[in-house]
Amino acid sequence: MVPVTVVFTRESVPLDDQEKLPFTVVHEREIPLKYKMKIKCRFQKAYRRALDHEEEALSSGIVQGTGREAEAMLAEPQEQAEGSLTVYVISEHSSLLPQDMMSYIGPKRTAVVRGIMHREAFNIIGRRIVQIAQAMSLTEDVLAAALADHLPEDKWSSDKRRPLKSSLGYEITFSLLNPDPRSHDVHWDIEGAVRRYVQPFLNALSVAGNFSVDSQILYYAMLGVNPRFDPASSSYYLDMHSLPHVINPVESRLGSSAASLYPVLNFLLYVPELAHSPLYIQDKDGAPVATNAFHSPRWGGIMIYNVDSKAYNGSELPVRVEVDMVRVMEVFLAQLRLLFGIAQPHVPPKCLLSGPKSEGLMTWELDRLLWARSVENLATATTTLTSLAQLLGKISNIVIKDDVASEVYRAVAAVQKAAEELASGHLASAFVASQEAVTSSERAFFDPSLLHLLYFPDDQKFAIYIPLFLPMAVPILLSLVKIFLETRKSWKKPEKVD
Amino acid sequence: MAATYCLGRASIALAALLLLSFGSFAASQIEVCTSRFWFNYRHVANTLSVYRSVKRLGIPDSHIVLMLADDMACNPRNPKPATVFSHKNMELNVYGDDVEVDYRSYEVTVENFLRVLTGRIPPSTPRSKRLLSDDRSNILIYMTGHGGNGFLKFQDSEEITNIELADAFEQMWQKRRYNELLFIIDTCQGASMYERFYSPNIMALASSQVGEDSLSHQPDPAIGVHLMDRYTFYVLEFLEEINPASQTNMNDLFQVCPKSLCVSTPGHRTDLFQRDPKNVLITDFFGSVRKVEITTETISLQQYSEMESKPKLKDWHPPGGFILGLWALIIMVFFKTYGIKHMKFIF
Repeated sequence: MVPVTVVFTRESVPLDDQEKLPFTVVHEREIPLKYKMKIKCRFQKAYRRALDHEEEALSSGIVQGTGREAEAMLAEPQEQAEGSLTVYVISEHSSLLPQDMMSYIGPKRTAVVRGIMHREAFNIIGRRIVQIAQAMSLTEDVLAAALADHLPEDKWSSDKRRPLKSSLGYEITFSLLNPDPRSHDVHWDIEGAVRRYVQPFLNALSVAGNFSVDSQILYYAMLGVNPRFDPASSSYYLDMHSLPHVINPVESRLGSSAASLYPVLNFLLYVPELAHSPLYIQDKDGAPVATNAFHSPRWGGIMIYNVDSKAYNGSELPVRVEVDMVRVMEVFLAQLRLLFGIAQPHVPPKCLLSGPKSEGLMTWELDRLLWARSVENLATATTTLTSLAQLLGKISNIVIKDDVASEVYRAVAAVQKAAEELASGHLASAFVASQEAVTSSERAFFDPSLLHLLYFPDDQKFAIYIPLFLPMAVPILLSLVKIFLETRKSWKKPEKVD
Repeated sequence: MAATYCLGRASIALAALLLLSFGSFAASQIEVCTSRFWFNYRHVANTLSVYRSVKRLGIPDSHIVLMLADDMACNPRNPKPATVFSHKNMELNVYGDDVEVDYRSYEVTVENFLRVLTGRIPPSTPRSKRLLSDDRSNILIYMTGHGGNGFLKFQDSEEITNIELADAFEQMWQKRRYNELLFIIDTCQGASMYERFYSPNIMALASSQVGEDSLSHQPDPAIGVHLMDRYTFYVLEFLEEINPASQTNMNDLFQVCPKSLCVSTPGHRTDLFQRDPKNVLITDFFGSVRKVEITTETISLQQYSEMESKPKLKDWHPPGGFILGLWALIIMVFFKTYGIKHMKFIF
């Protein structure tokens, strides 16, 4: 459930409607999944009148481009819980928004919508608000992406297959590949760039997992593909079809599987050798790509950094190259956002979207990620526990140790708690509970003691035990029969005599 | 000497090669050789040749779990040490320079194999010994050694049955540890091993049907043993023609080694597989082609001014005069104590 607070300013809706404030409206939607499962998506809208300082802020500020002025005034410390939204309804003729825009989505869980003076004001505004709320929190494709494993397979598309699976932590590795150290003496201030650009982004995402960052420089590391020469622009290019073959030869040298068990994201910066400079990536229409970078889902990204040809004039090799970290980090952070599934939401028409904050992540984008992750975690934990139960039902020889049993109980309790918290709209605790559910269920399922080697097929029972016990059993049975017959005879004899 | 060596003899362990290519549509391989002892040289050679082809097609070692039950290259009976040949006259050394064996010798057991498949590994196991696949990985499992109707022999002392294998695959499916699975087995009566599979998305190939023996290819007089099995030999020849960009599909792999060449009848099973085999590329399993997308959007960052750069801390050294003075003090004390007459020995 997504709690939405709708704040009405003085002239946004007709007066008689304003009398009806405050009240609450609940909007529910059911999204069907496979196996007759459904997910209910509820938006609980609490309508209220604007407080004085909010009125002041909204009537005086002007949303300019990025809307920072209005945001600054509205950004009074309203301690907004994670997962909740606040929508401000302003009057139809207010100059807060540019003329043709109906709504605006800000970087910090707030949005502004134009009101309307109409009898059906609340209904119309309600619909607009639901549209915006959906864009900022949950839509069907977000849920479908999260549950991609559990949905029927005709729902594949590149957006849904891209994001990383939910995990407790991630390791991010930045690598600089210099195949030609004789010509280029490349320096990059990676520590500074990580500190300034990447670390704030990761701090914003820290709720979603533990992140660790490392970097390395690799010399004489070639791409596995030969670029082709384009005489028209006198540059070299790699076309789209050769890109998939680039990654594998390089990956073995990256050392990415060395240390941790967390999934690894690799970001490579390749400085092409002098013989192949400048090098561009061409998309399928043959035009060079603006960012000169590509990424692979669940693996990472590669960017090609061409040395400025002016650097060669007059100086002897090797040429010192200082990498422009801002440009590089812009691309890498954008790739990181895509890899995490923080894609552009479907904004309703005529809506102005503010640019991301300086950290590169808007607060409600993080909320979207957490909603999707919580749902995914719940689904994973549930299927793990179900398959564990099925396994135990089928192979009855397996012994469950106490700690496995306690993990299962913990997992079930965490699943229930997460579902409750999701239904009541407490996103932060729901996410934590869902992560705990996944960890416990995985630990229970993958416990090394659950190996089913005690499989006892029927023919093995016959083949092993019958030859062992049958020869032993024959004289025992025969002697038992003999005893029985003798006892019967001894019973009969006294009767006869008497 | 055209006598071919039957694989049905009850002896020696099995070499298994588990190849995992995993990742986003990348493939994982598990290659298992379960045979031990010198005269099962051919099983190790089988496994290593599949390993070699797979590496040549681009799969890195981190995605391959190679289990060899015995060491043929450094075996004391090997007349050409540090080599394992796959062809008569020593044309192709499949041992190469960068073979990474993950499970070796007595570590190749049914229990370890099942642990690798199902993921129930003790937490201290290193990454190279794990099958790190996810729901988008295509896995190739290649097994070779001695087998019978419904079982495969491990290390001459234990067996894995087709039911255990089917159950292990089902557990992998439950946990979504694979997207598609290709199972290749080269033993006697190999088709019995895939009869019991019931999980979706599995395709299986075997070198012989139930009741038939898989035969070995050719002995080498210099090394003294049979070098390869027929089925894997022809599969290797087929794979040598494949490069990472090739478009050959699975139907061609099914035609490899007809009865005239192999003497046994290779079999395959595709009913559990969702796609049509003629649409499945060989490189989906044997090679590794990742899905890539062009990055079209960037975010805008502000350039930070350089005011906040911290000065770098250099190591602190004591000032030069201090060290000189210290030594002067030490020498003075020395001469004071022992007398000035020692000075001529020093200066």
